[in-house]
Amino acid sequence: MIRRLFVALMLAGAAPVSAQTFAIVGGTVALGDGSQPIPNGMVVVRDGRIVAAGDIRMKLPPGTQVIDATGKWVTPGIVAGFSRLGLSEVDLSAEGSDDTTTNGPFSAALDVTTSINPLNTPIAVNRADGITRALVAPNAGKSIFAGQGAVIDTGADMDPITAPRKFQFVELGETGKDKAGGSRSSAYVLFHNALREAAELGRYAGPIQSRRLEAEERPAVRNPNESREYGLEARRSEDVLLTRFDAAALVPVLRGQQYLFVHVEKARDILNVLDLKREFPALKIVLVGATEGWTVADRIARAGVPVIASAVNDLPASFEQIAATQSNVGRMKAAGVHVAIGTIDDTDTRNIFWERQYAGNLVALQRVPGATGVSWGEALAMITSRPAQAIGMGGEIGSLAAGRRADVVIWSGDPLEGSSAAEAVFIDGVRQPLETHQTRLLQRYRYLPRRDLPEAYRH
Amino acid sequence: MGLSKAAAALALAAAGGLLSGCAELGGKPKSAPAIRINEDPYPSTYVRYPGVPTVIRHATVFDGDGRRYDDGTVVFADGAIQAVGGPGLPAPARAVEIDGTGKWVTPGIIDVHSHLGDYPSPSVESLSDGNEATSPVRPEVWAEHSVWPQDPGFSRALVNGGVTTLQILPGSANLFGGRSVVLKNVPARTVQGMKFPGAPYGLKMACGENPKRVYGSKDNMPQTRMGNIALTRQTWIKAQAYKRKWDKYYANGGDMPERDLAMDTLKGVLEGKILIHNHCYRADEMANMIDMSKEFGYHIAAFHHAVEAYKIADLLRENDICAAMWADWYGFKMESYDAVKENIPLVHNSGACAMVHSDDPNGIQRLNQEVAKALADGRRAGINITDEIAWEWLSRNPAKALGILDKTGTLTPGKMADVVLWNGNPYSDYTRPERVWIDGAEMYDANDPKRRPVSDFELGQPGEGDVK
Repeated sequence: MIRRLFVALMLAGAAPVSAQTFAIVGGTVALGDGSQPIPNGMVVVRDGRIVAAGDIRMKLPPGTQVIDATGKWVTPGIVAGFSRLGLSEVDLSAEGSDDTTTNGPFSAALDVTTSINPLNTPIAVNRADGITRALVAPNAGKSIFAGQGAVIDTGADMDPITAPRKFQFVELGETGKDKAGGSRSSAYVLFHNALREAAELGRYAGPIQSRRLEAEERPAVRNPNESREYGLEARRSEDVLLTRFDAAALVPVLRGQQYLFVHVEKARDILNVLDLKREFPALKIVLVGATEGWTVADRIARAGVPVIASAVNDLPASFEQIAATQSNVGRMKAAGVHVAIGTIDDTDTRNIFWERQYAGNLVALQRVPGATGVSWGEALAMITSRPAQAIGMGGEIGSLAAGRRADVVIWSGDPLEGSSAAEAVFIDGVRQPLETHQTRLLQRYRYLPRRDLPEAYRH
Repeated sequence: MGLSKAAAALALAAAGGLLSGCAELGGKPKSAPAIRINEDPYPSTYVRYPGVPTVIRHATVFDGDGRRYDDGTVVFADGAIQAVGGPGLPAPARAVEIDGTGKWVTPGIIDVHSHLGDYPSPSVESLSDGNEATSPVRPEVWAEHSVWPQDPGFSRALVNGGVTTLQILPGSANLFGGRSVVLKNVPARTVQGMKFPGAPYGLKMACGENPKRVYGSKDNMPQTRMGNIALTRQTWIKAQAYKRKWDKYYANGGDMPERDLAMDTLKGVLEGKILIHNHCYRADEMANMIDMSKEFGYHIAAFHHAVEAYKIADLLRENDICAAMWADWYGFKMESYDAVKENIPLVHNSGACAMVHSDDPNGIQRLNQEVAKALADGRRAGINITDEIAWEWLSRNPAKALGILDKTGTLTPGKMADVVLWNGNPYSDYTRPERVWIDGAEMYDANDPKRRPVSDFELGQPGEGDVK
């Protein structure tokens, strides 16, 4: 009450609104850091960054735009923990709408950034539902190495890349087995050989300067990767399997300068990956999938390896997911594992907006006897700050802490209820359009009775 | 030897009598009377499990027929609903009383579109039995002969989804995919043990991308949408001729026509005994299928997926066709490109029969949440439908489309006691089934690990009997 009065006083002397600074007041604010929501909180944004948020009172400079969120909820934008957002307009039998490698000479060297289409409909649909950033992984083609994934924003502009080449994605479970010719043994030999070839390149080759556009020209976080192009004089052994580009792409992985996302589901496969971590201590491994993670949760926690998991996989959908349960995420969390939620093999090109419903379902498990759920605050964190932290970007995106990028969503209600909707979405402090192909169709067909002209004239 | 002679004499006497009888009538030799073909050769062996007279009090009750009771009471006994009403309802003697304060009671959810059992978990080639994709016209196959009763998915649909009845359909590779089967979600050793007693058969038909892709890629008909329609019409013409042959036989007797299993199914459709469940996404294609149904004289019970149903909701209402839809699936193929999140409420709002469906072993576990999303999206578009009316999308309308509304789908006295007690508002992501009854037998209790089905497949495996 006091705070509301204070804001009212500030408004009384308000000058014309500034696009640079604004405050969202009166809403229930959830910071995305695992804490519980704060009634009647405040979020202040300046120049695309969060100034302060939460249970705060801040003297606003004159001219600050104040957005009343009374009765609404305010959170950081949802961060898709693992997705293929922006890679496919239509998934099946629609030439030109998909941009993933199923066949081609390269693997680890592939860089997903050139494939991302910021004008893709699924980006708009997910933006309209409060998803503001996404970790985007390439699909594995012929090799266990799928290539390099990126972090993108979903803003309505032509600059989608937040962090290019943030991680290398490798399949070491059932899919990896298939790519490697039929066995996990083969996949692991391929993996070891690839790191051997990268090590050899890294040892002999001196990097040449890339002339790529870099941070000053793109609104992106500077990537810790060094250039992946190496001089012709770099010596290689005779018995190589990888192309030069692919081997070079694994040098930053080997040196721990690029994250390594490893998709595995089965308990045994998870332990194999933890062994890799012991063998190559510099690797910055993130487990993706880990449906059976709960059965070896203490060992994942001890290894300090983060997990990006499917939230509610509970079917023995394959022989690597026999122990599937919706309690997987809760049990790993309880064992001390850093867990984020992603859409792994779950319409990863488009239905990212299901993540908040899934997060709500994890909260529901707290009231199911024998199940392990997570708190509301932690469930929200798993779709905001936790994926960001898993790749060392927690200081940049995923929460409403001071200094973070101002990715903010105002919701009609509790965002973990599927019935709530995003009413305002800000990315880097810029208010986003929420119109989509779908909302336009609704307007056209909301009323069917025949009029003076066909439906095609309603636009 | 003597005995044999006597028998021969008797036979001759009988023959003589028959001949003389004909001569007396003065007509042609009479045809042998028609023999009726058994239309239910794989009958249901489902028998309801024992229950106890039960009264749930102080719950919020949606009866599935559009009514809501705050502080409501639901009474069931002997497998059937006895009464639904307010707090004053009397209880039968020795009834178990359940306090439903803060909880919700609804009819069990009915999924009108599932492939559990015919595309089971684990999803491996050996168990992939949903599409007989060897010819686009396969009305002779019956989904029940593919259903693996040990699919672990059935138990998830029950305990997480509150699904008590479901229709298992063949896939959509074919124009005529085969017969569907309606199951009670009660574990059994055989599919017969799950079959919903008295439920009519359905026939899965498909239009659009799938048949033309599957066969066109092999350079077979159909390769186009016009090929889809032509081949489907040609098949109905054959079915009409087949039906005429059998109608004549049943009327006049004589030599039995040669049976054709495929045509038997189509004849059943033309006789109104088998219901049409038509996979169709686009508005223009649904309109074509409606015209086809009129051309050959059958009725479409439901369009399935019906992503563009909102564009022709008036047509659906006028032709009394239900639409089974998702809340928000879109764009995974071209024919789903024009999805809108308000599809279900728009169809309902036009006066047509709207349903939610899963087509998915994960989605079937949260159909109530799918309705919650669609309902809220509709309200934001100005379509104000109450919570209790929206429950019709989950049980009443699917029961109607399946031809079992006289048996289940609402909490009407005398109907099967297929009941879910939810631990909160079922339109919340925070809510789960607490107890589920099928025909009045308690098949799930969240507080009793022994009231939870575990499939044969999961026995002795990691996580057996775990909360899934």
